[in-house]
Amino acid sequence: MTVSLKDLREELQYDKTKNCVQCGYCLPVCPTYATFGKETHSPRGRINLVKMVGEGKITDLSILEEPLNLCLGCRACETACPTGVEYGSILEAARAAIVKRKRFSFPARLLRKAMLNKVVPSKKWMNVTGHSIWLYKKSGLQKLARTSGIVEKVPYNLGTFESVIPTPVSPIERSQAPTEVKAKHKVKYTVAFFTGCIMDSMFHRINQLSIKLLSEAGCNVVVVPKQTCCGALQAHAGEMDEARHLAKQNILAFEQINADFIVNNAGGCGAQLYEYGHLLSNDKVWAERAANFSAKSRDISQILVACGGLPDMQPRHGERVTYQRSCHMTNVQKVTQEPLELLKSIPGIHFIEMNQADMCCGSAGIYNIVNYDASMQILDEKMKHTKATNAAVIITTNPGCLIQMKLGIEREELSHSMRALHLVEYLAEASGIS
Amino acid sequence: MKVVTNRHIEEIKAIVKTGRVLIDESDRFSYSFDGSFGTYLPDIVIQTKNVDELVSLVKLANRERIPIYPRGQATSLSGGPLPVKGGMVLDLSVMNDLLEIHEEDLIAIVSPGVLTAEIHRAAEQKGLMYPPDPSSSHVSTIGGNLAENSGGPRGLKYGVTKDSVIGLEIITPEGEIIKTGGKTVKNVTGYDLTKLIVGSEGTLGIITKAVLRLIPKPQATGTIMAIFDSLVDAGSAISKILSSGIFPSKMELMDQASLVAVEKFEPLGLPTDAAALILIELDGHPLSLREEMEQAAALCRTVGAREVRIPKDKAEEAELWKARKLVSPAIVRIKPTKISEDATVPRSKIPEMCERLLKIRDKYGIHLVVFGHAGDGNLHPNIICDKTDQEEMLRVEQAVAEIFTAAVELGGTLSGEHGIGTMKAPFMEMELGVVGLDMMKRIKKVWDPNNIMNPGKIFPEPGQKLELS
Repeated sequence: MTVSLKDLREELQYDKTKNCVQCGYCLPVCPTYATFGKETHSPRGRINLVKMVGEGKITDLSILEEPLNLCLGCRACETACPTGVEYGSILEAARAAIVKRKRFSFPARLLRKAMLNKVVPSKKWMNVTGHSIWLYKKSGLQKLARTSGIVEKVPYNLGTFESVIPTPVSPIERSQAPTEVKAKHKVKYTVAFFTGCIMDSMFHRINQLSIKLLSEAGCNVVVVPKQTCCGALQAHAGEMDEARHLAKQNILAFEQINADFIVNNAGGCGAQLYEYGHLLSNDKVWAERAANFSAKSRDISQILVACGGLPDMQPRHGERVTYQRSCHMTNVQKVTQEPLELLKSIPGIHFIEMNQADMCCGSAGIYNIVNYDASMQILDEKMKHTKATNAAVIITTNPGCLIQMKLGIEREELSHSMRALHLVEYLAEASGIS
Repeated sequence: MKVVTNRHIEEIKAIVKTGRVLIDESDRFSYSFDGSFGTYLPDIVIQTKNVDELVSLVKLANRERIPIYPRGQATSLSGGPLPVKGGMVLDLSVMNDLLEIHEEDLIAIVSPGVLTAEIHRAAEQKGLMYPPDPSSSHVSTIGGNLAENSGGPRGLKYGVTKDSVIGLEIITPEGEIIKTGGKTVKNVTGYDLTKLIVGSEGTLGIITKAVLRLIPKPQATGTIMAIFDSLVDAGSAISKILSSGIFPSKMELMDQASLVAVEKFEPLGLPTDAAALILIELDGHPLSLREEMEQAAALCRTVGAREVRIPKDKAEEAELWKARKLVSPAIVRIKPTKISEDATVPRSKIPEMCERLLKIRDKYGIHLVVFGHAGDGNLHPNIICDKTDQEEMLRVEQAVAEIFTAAVELGGTLSGEHGIGTMKAPFMEMELGVVGLDMMKRIKKVWDPNNIMNPGKIFPEPGQKLELS
């Protein structure tokens, strides 16, 4: 593929790399730099590689592949950057440029296309996934798989995740999920609930609890039909066209309801929804509609706080709790205080902040599947700080982080004394909601 | 042309048993830059914390005439760690294991990869203070600070890095380990090689261990902000305070351009119509501090300060210092390229230097922002430009040369705290004279006969000029 340097610069958003003054302020906050200990795996290093392509010093883009693939995309570097470098945009553009030039093997291409374009965005297929896991866990297959040792032989270390995936709700229960729930007490807001794909299939229970909590706090909740996957996984994999396509579908679906807010309960999805405006900013037809969508998008913790918190929570008798932040909630949505405020509003809780609380846990979308070993190294670092808190509960606000922390607990053999929960689960538990 | 051959790589791999040898292009490019200008591709990058392995590497390099570049976290603003002649980069940021505070001796013993902020934290836990405080301390390594002789706002009262180092362990360019100085503050045995190594920018050896001097942490600090309608008046206020018997711990200047930039970047309620403001920090015993604060505030008023503010509480005080910290990020929003100079003049010449800077700004039509550690004469004139604009960069080159000339003519120096590196080498003779520079070259020749340690730094190549375009 031959393109002029000028076109390549545009494709790579080279101009944005010029804002990097190479001060290195991003180094201490970057989980991959801290874990792998190489400039190649630092934000400054990655930006420099893109810069070198833009300046014609690197002509083979495959040189960038590993350094960019091993980036978690947690964007802690953006929060630390004094000159406001748009690292996320640079990363996205570079990944898209690499994907465009890369000749995936036929099965890999098929799997990529099928997973990112067909399965994840499809309600039907995600339901099938949820049902399959339910069937697998309920039918005795799980037991068989474990005793036969086959779980250790499946590709991508998926066997490791097998043990920490929660049992999904049954197909019947799922089909009976309500689409509209009224506020329990005085109505404060009408909110449209974003179900998400993984949240809807694997963590359906957390979605149901979220709706109940919102109603408890004073919201009329509508589950908008025809909504789809947020597109975050696609955008992070460099499939920008598919990400835009999904964004438009969601904008269209949510425009049908005139809700005060669009509420989600997954940090990663929330970040993507928050960035629709940015994603479609060059699209004349969609730019304004996308910006409106993003302006209404909120994390559930923000809405619960805006409603004045949850009534009637039961005391926890000094339970030690720590909080593993979702990177995308912290660094993209900049939602940092509300989850803490809600946690601290639970009477009798003993909250302990872990060291380097802002560091990524290594989950990062499907990073822990495609870069399993790297992800486990990052997780092991995280678990050192988690263990030091001696907490009985680790709170998360994103499905990926939740699975990863459960995995961390398993790896450290701490499942007898420590559990990982989504904030929503814990709040529901404290409020006596099931 | 690579100076490291395949045969060398094999030998290097055989030496490095505990660390990593990086030869992939992605890795080499990642060690090709620092916080200054230019990209130079090294042939090989080595990470090891084992001193014996480092010694063997240096011996190999000396035998085969391979250039060696020690590197910390490459926050350097003068080009110190740039591998300008290819060869071997030694990433010493991995040597971060040793950080001992010896309370009774008032010293710290550290390995070069320790972050300077970690030393600050460890010392403060014992009620002590490591005085040098470069603004990049949370990301720069102590090894880099030692090599470049870094400063910081507290330099005014407590000096730069060399004033707080009393002993070193180094690997010479011929691969021998020597110790300089020791653990005592008083040490007059022979030549002071410690001071020679600190600030030698990695051209005389690789620092593998350092003994740092600590002092008791001052009990209290207080801040004053004085606002002026003239930059020259602000300069006079600085000289007046310094000659009055008060010794502030920090004295920072921000000119109008920096005030406007910060206010645009993050509104903090700064007086953007003022020509300049100075921030003064005093430290010491709470009782004497109170008196000195009043005295300093009164002095500012007599010199013509339009307003003098003393923050009500620590939160308000933090806001004021935040404004100063935001200058650097704020000014690069104007244009992407920042040429951060650190030419320094004697304190009495601060007002005159301010005048000269304004003239240079107008003469070359450049965007010049003046801020910095004015209390020690270290003014940080920053030129904001766009390196893709060749015509502008030519004007910038001329302006930079004239700033250096002005500083030296006023009895000052090319560098207060960033070092010479590649950027200022062409101007060395102007400050040191032919013989002065030659004495330094002779020292280098004796220490490093094969010129393998960080070649291309400090000393200009024949005909070398400042080139930014």
